[in-house]
Amino acid sequence: MTARPNQPERYYNYAYLDEQTKRMIRRSILKALAIPGYQVPFGSREMPVPYGWGTGGIQLTAAIIGPDDVYKCIDQGADDTTNAVSIRRFFAQVADVAVTEDTGKATIIQTRHRIPEQPLKAGQVLVFQVPQPEPLRGLEARETETRAMHAYEEYGLQYVSLYESVATYGRIASTVGYPTMVDERYLMSPSPIPKFDNPKMGDNEAILLFGAGREKRIYAVPPHTSVRSLDFEDYPFETQTWEEDCALCGAEESYLDEVVLDDAGTRMFVCSDSHFCADRRAAGHIGPMADHELAALETEPA
Amino acid sequence: MNAMPKAIAIAQAAPLLRVDKLTKSYGHVVGCRDVSFELRRGEVLGVVGESGSGKTTLLNCISGRLPPSSGAVEFDTSRFGLTDIYGLNEPDRRRMQREEWGFVHQNPRDGLRMRVSGGANVAEPLMNLGNRHYGKMRSATIEWLERVELDTRRIDDKPRNFSGGMQQRIQVARNLIHGPRLVFMDEPTGGLDVSVQARLLDLLRELVRDLGLAVIIVTHDMAVARLMADRLIVMKDGFVVETGLTDQVLDDPQHPYSQLLVSSVLQI
Repeated sequence: MTARPNQPERYYNYAYLDEQTKRMIRRSILKALAIPGYQVPFGSREMPVPYGWGTGGIQLTAAIIGPDDVYKCIDQGADDTTNAVSIRRFFAQVADVAVTEDTGKATIIQTRHRIPEQPLKAGQVLVFQVPQPEPLRGLEARETETRAMHAYEEYGLQYVSLYESVATYGRIASTVGYPTMVDERYLMSPSPIPKFDNPKMGDNEAILLFGAGREKRIYAVPPHTSVRSLDFEDYPFETQTWEEDCALCGAEESYLDEVVLDDAGTRMFVCSDSHFCADRRAAGHIGPMADHELAALETEPA
Repeated sequence: MNAMPKAIAIAQAAPLLRVDKLTKSYGHVVGCRDVSFELRRGEVLGVVGESGSGKTTLLNCISGRLPPSSGAVEFDTSRFGLTDIYGLNEPDRRRMQREEWGFVHQNPRDGLRMRVSGGANVAEPLMNLGNRHYGKMRSATIEWLERVELDTRRIDDKPRNFSGGMQQRIQVARNLIHGPRLVFMDEPTGGLDVSVQARLLDLLRELVRDLGLAVIIVTHDMAVARLMADRLIVMKDGFVVETGLTDQVLDDPQHPYSQLLVSSVLQI
């Protein structure tokens, strides 16, 4: 018979990782929260998924999850993609937690590359998985040098990438992993979330945790911390906009995915946040293609 | 009465850079030993000598990139006055290097970021100094590309698409745009063919005179030394064997090694 999560024999490696590892990760998380935006090195473990599939995020979740948590996992905003479903099932199994697709009910939301449209509340934790935690890496290959730059706040180099973008495209064209300044001190890569989501990070009520498994770094944005997206005085930061509204729910202000429907070039734009879109449709909002077969509301058995 | 000649005024001012008994050894191998000299504003100092004589070691020590084994390097910083640069803490030293110095490498690949455009390379020092206005940096970049006689239409080309001489010009612009007071040059014309070399030297000489820069230029090319330098230091086996005004050293070398060096220049 399997031991229940809060029985003593499940304590040792509850949520997959052993206790010592989880303590080590929790110490790193506390340090990361104490120094917003600073990349704390940690002893990343082998996980049962390959590097690049979210080992950093999974380790963070495993370190903070408890039997009373309600867990939600999204991939590019959607609850029903393969990666999200697999990771959600993994934690349902190893941590015996309740799972949900409801952004408001979840206590821990693990995310790949999106921040939910619904504003987060105090008490929630948003866990990001990060492939490359160092925003300066593309311009400076030496770790010793980038560490010195962070230590001495020498962030002029990051503007070279923005300059390059304006010179090439006439505007700051980078759309994902847009560099941010946390608490006016540390330069931070927000993981590959679209820059559409950058403004949501500033003064957020929830805790934002970032884990890079392969690069062995944890960093965090504590609640109510300023997060500023870098820009030039004459080229201010701006987010993406779409000419269309969501084809299913008619949302005007959400991040849209383009879905190609056939070989003839038919396409639709739908909310990338599947729960947000489903909620709106349940509340009676209707978009121009609301009767399309993709609109069928499915609840995935956890 | 007060019309003191300019040369005397400069000579009486405090030195811009003072090097005192600088020694650098790599284990048992001596890089340079007991090197002392002073450099004043607007002065161009040439360091000549054969390969392995300690020229580059000396330059790296002076430019704050290689801590010496003993001795001191003092620079007249705008924030702290005349200070031992290795006595400064690291952020202050890096800031001083960023704001007041330039370093032109022999190989432009060492001094440029090859993955970003020539324009961005030239503008980077401005961004490092806190400039956050794209339009202003763009026009400053274009102005500097004109000054180093590059085609401004190629501002957004990557450095690899420029010829060696052009890359070197980009590097020169990048190291002068932020208005440094002291520029280090390590064989700036090495690896270039003679006609390109002559044009670059001409340009460097003009810029240095116009901007009143102090320059320390390391070279093994006597012609470069003759054209650029006011004063020369001749090095051999890590020691300074002779110093003096350029014309004096080249026309009337005293030390046997200097005589050898001067007489080895190929005549056409």
